[in-house]
Amino acid sequence: MINFECVSITYPGATEPVLAEVNLQIPEGELVLVVGRTGSGKTTLLRAINGLVPHFTGGTLTGRILVDGRDTAANPPRELADLVGVVPQDPMSGFVADTVEEELAYGMECLGLAPDVMRRRVEETLDLLGLADLRNRPLLSLSAGQRQRVAIGSVLTSHPKVLVLDEPTSALDPGAAEDVLAALQRLVHDLNVTVVMAEHRLERVVQYADRILIVPGDGAPVSSGTPSDMMGNSPIAPPVVELGRLAGWQPLPLTIRDARRAAGPLRELLTGHVAPLRIIKGARDATPLTITDKLTVRYGAVAALRNVSTTINRGEIVALMGRNGAGKSTLLSTMVGLRPTSSGVVRTNGKDPREIKGPELVHSVGLVPQDPGDLLEASTVAGECRSSDHDAGVEPGTTRAVLALLAPEVMDGTHPRDLSEGQRLLLALAIVLAARPPLLLLDEPTRGLDYPTKARLVKVLRELAAAGHGIVLATHDVELAAEVATRVIVLADGEVVADGPTQAVVLASPMFAPQVAKILAPEDWLTVSEVRAAMTEQVG
Amino acid sequence: MTGSLFALPRSLHPAAWWIWALGLAAAASRTTNPLLLALIIAVAALVVSARKPDAPWGRSFKFFLRLGVAVIVIRVGVQVIFGAAFGTTVLLNLPGVTLPSWLAGVRLGGDITFESLLLACYDGLRLATILICVGAANSLASPSRLLKSVPAALYEFGVSVVVAMTFTPQLVADVDRVRTARRLRGRPTSGIRAIAGSAMPVFEGALEKSVTLAAAMDSRGYGRRGSISSSTRRANSALLLTGLVAACIGTYALIAAGSPVALGLPLLVVGVSVCLLSITLSARAAVRTKYRPDPWALPEVLVAGAGVFLAVIFVSAAWLSVAGLDTPSNPPTWPALPLLPLIGLVIAATPAFTAPALPRTNISQLPRIEVAA
Repeated sequence: MINFECVSITYPGATEPVLAEVNLQIPEGELVLVVGRTGSGKTTLLRAINGLVPHFTGGTLTGRILVDGRDTAANPPRELADLVGVVPQDPMSGFVADTVEEELAYGMECLGLAPDVMRRRVEETLDLLGLADLRNRPLLSLSAGQRQRVAIGSVLTSHPKVLVLDEPTSALDPGAAEDVLAALQRLVHDLNVTVVMAEHRLERVVQYADRILIVPGDGAPVSSGTPSDMMGNSPIAPPVVELGRLAGWQPLPLTIRDARRAAGPLRELLTGHVAPLRIIKGARDATPLTITDKLTVRYGAVAALRNVSTTINRGEIVALMGRNGAGKSTLLSTMVGLRPTSSGVVRTNGKDPREIKGPELVHSVGLVPQDPGDLLEASTVAGECRSSDHDAGVEPGTTRAVLALLAPEVMDGTHPRDLSEGQRLLLALAIVLAARPPLLLLDEPTRGLDYPTKARLVKVLRELAAAGHGIVLATHDVELAAEVATRVIVLADGEVVADGPTQAVVLASPMFAPQVAKILAPEDWLTVSEVRAAMTEQVG
Repeated sequence: MTGSLFALPRSLHPAAWWIWALGLAAAASRTTNPLLLALIIAVAALVVSARKPDAPWGRSFKFFLRLGVAVIVIRVGVQVIFGAAFGTTVLLNLPGVTLPSWLAGVRLGGDITFESLLLACYDGLRLATILICVGAANSLASPSRLLKSVPAALYEFGVSVVVAMTFTPQLVADVDRVRTARRLRGRPTSGIRAIAGSAMPVFEGALEKSVTLAAAMDSRGYGRRGSISSSTRRANSALLLTGLVAACIGTYALIAAGSPVALGLPLLVVGVSVCLLSITLSARAAVRTKYRPDPWALPEVLVAGAGVFLAVIFVSAAWLSVAGLDTPSNPPTWPALPLLPLIGLVIAATPAFTAPALPRTNISQLPRIEVAA
């Protein structure tokens, strides 16, 4: 269906090609998962399939890409629209119409299909993706998961043979992600659509893939194979695979179910071992960093937070979890004083955060927003660091020194927009950390991060907590929460529904339990590293 | 919301709402009677409250009402500072400034009379009413639904307008986001420097979003080659634009007081026929099709007709110099309520029930719109 013949792509102004000498054949009806580090050329590969690269972005393409026999060099994206459907990373940014039904029809209108065909396909797609209840709804009122399904539906109505998705679940909570993946699964099985999907959250998608394509970046050759072959020696792997490798399971399980069936001996081996309790290193009796008491925040008629009472102490890493729209972001922004409270009290560093102004705020609390790029406005990394030193009123060079610890590979002269998603996050983090705020808040820090960057982030967060910082992260990433959090707060509909030590909270919930916990239940292990430590002890 | 007498729930053709609202606006432009103007606003508000969709654009009417109040305040303010005083009831005497002789027509300060303020109020109210009528159309019909009825020859032009319109709210959101970021970095969030500092990121963000949208539209087949050559298509668009301009001038000549009807009518007829010709030509070659095009049926005729009827009544009443359409401000007179325009207003309010009710979106099921930090 898709053939890359000796394809190299070089962007204008770049000396090295992003992709070099790529040869691959993707047969019809396969679900292909593209994995690789951020900035390795995954997105370029995806966008080359419908000709956006190089027709839209510029650059040089050598070699040949054939999609269903059509050459992308001769056909711009609009002429391939009936063959390839592309769902962009942020679905909202690609919406053209106002309502769900009109959005679904837009592509067909461009293709000039007959009205009765359009009507029939819209109805079929509404059913296929479970969108029938939403048909008249304005797109702006949809939740993130619904938007993603509408975006998929809007390209499906043109009946493309190939569907290309760029990180379809990265912004979704675990439940919404499952809905989207189930819909994709159905397309592959029932309609024989070829799906090419890039995704960092392997733990969510690996079990659905027929084939995995690894894009290593830096011009290294692209390799592909069946999931179990590729996962056997891939440097990046979901926890289920890592656990399988650690325990030496053959064949390597990719699903929780397969892993559980193989895990009997491991469970036996681990009995008698107690999963380590996460100890909060900071002084328990010290003044709390932030307190909320019966906090209520409203947006117009809806309450985003209702009677939230909580305390964040030094040395804690708190994971704030819950559905999209449960009030996580609102709680974080209220703690920094970005939102007025409707009733109740919030005290950060003993003060009302709305009253803390300018540099004093930077020194008491730091927030890394959902899109870390928001914080960046200079044209070079060095300039960003200088202005950050100035803002925080610290010794010149402080931010640069922090950044050198977090991301040594980032060059001074780079434009922040040219950094990869992960590097941008670390730069924003360095800016926030320059003022050494005792309280650090992160909103969705792992969106779009690959495993190595995530591992680095985890290490940084642990060191900060050990040094007495209090950290709150709002996240959908259950594996991250299991890895790093000492405490988990679950919000639903603006209310706190659970608040307690990580183990107690995540083990009790099927939605928030990490893979290792599901495999080794009823034992309360959360991460592969805990199991590894216990096994080493056993041997030693 | 009660059901319509005439049709099953559906959205009305957006052009019908625009014709209705422009009819109201045309009527407003022909009178200074504050009672009639207030009644026109009341009619617009009544219909909006009965038939506005539960969507972001449906909430814009309040904004236009506020804009209307601002217009009146500004108009009165300008009168106080610059306007020439007439009449005899002096309310206030501001210190006057004598301006050089070459600015003889302009006055600063001086006497403020009740009569001149009244005139400014009437004038401001008329302008506010026209704006509110446009606002009513804006909240009743979504801009992109209107785009669907734009003829193929103007489609690409229409897309750029609609994209620009949807980016305005986006820009407001971006400004908010950048202000937030400035606060997080401990910088001032108000003052000249703050505005200068946030302009760059806001525009960069807007530009980036437009590029993403363009890529998305391209991949979905926007602008696919049709069977006609691009030169024919351009000629066709030029024909349509010429026709539209002619029709606009013709309409203006018809409704503006003092212009000869003999000039307006032929121009309007020629303009409309040129437009129709161009639309037929381009429809023959169009690649695009329309999904569930809004039908033009009885409710549309009734709604558009109600607006046109009101405009015709007011324009002809002004032409026949019917008493009560203008309220003299010198000497101040209590405004009259002439019967003929009143009948027109009752008819103009009928869309509140002749337009079909909207399909239910089930508001209780709407989830929260997530507001990012």
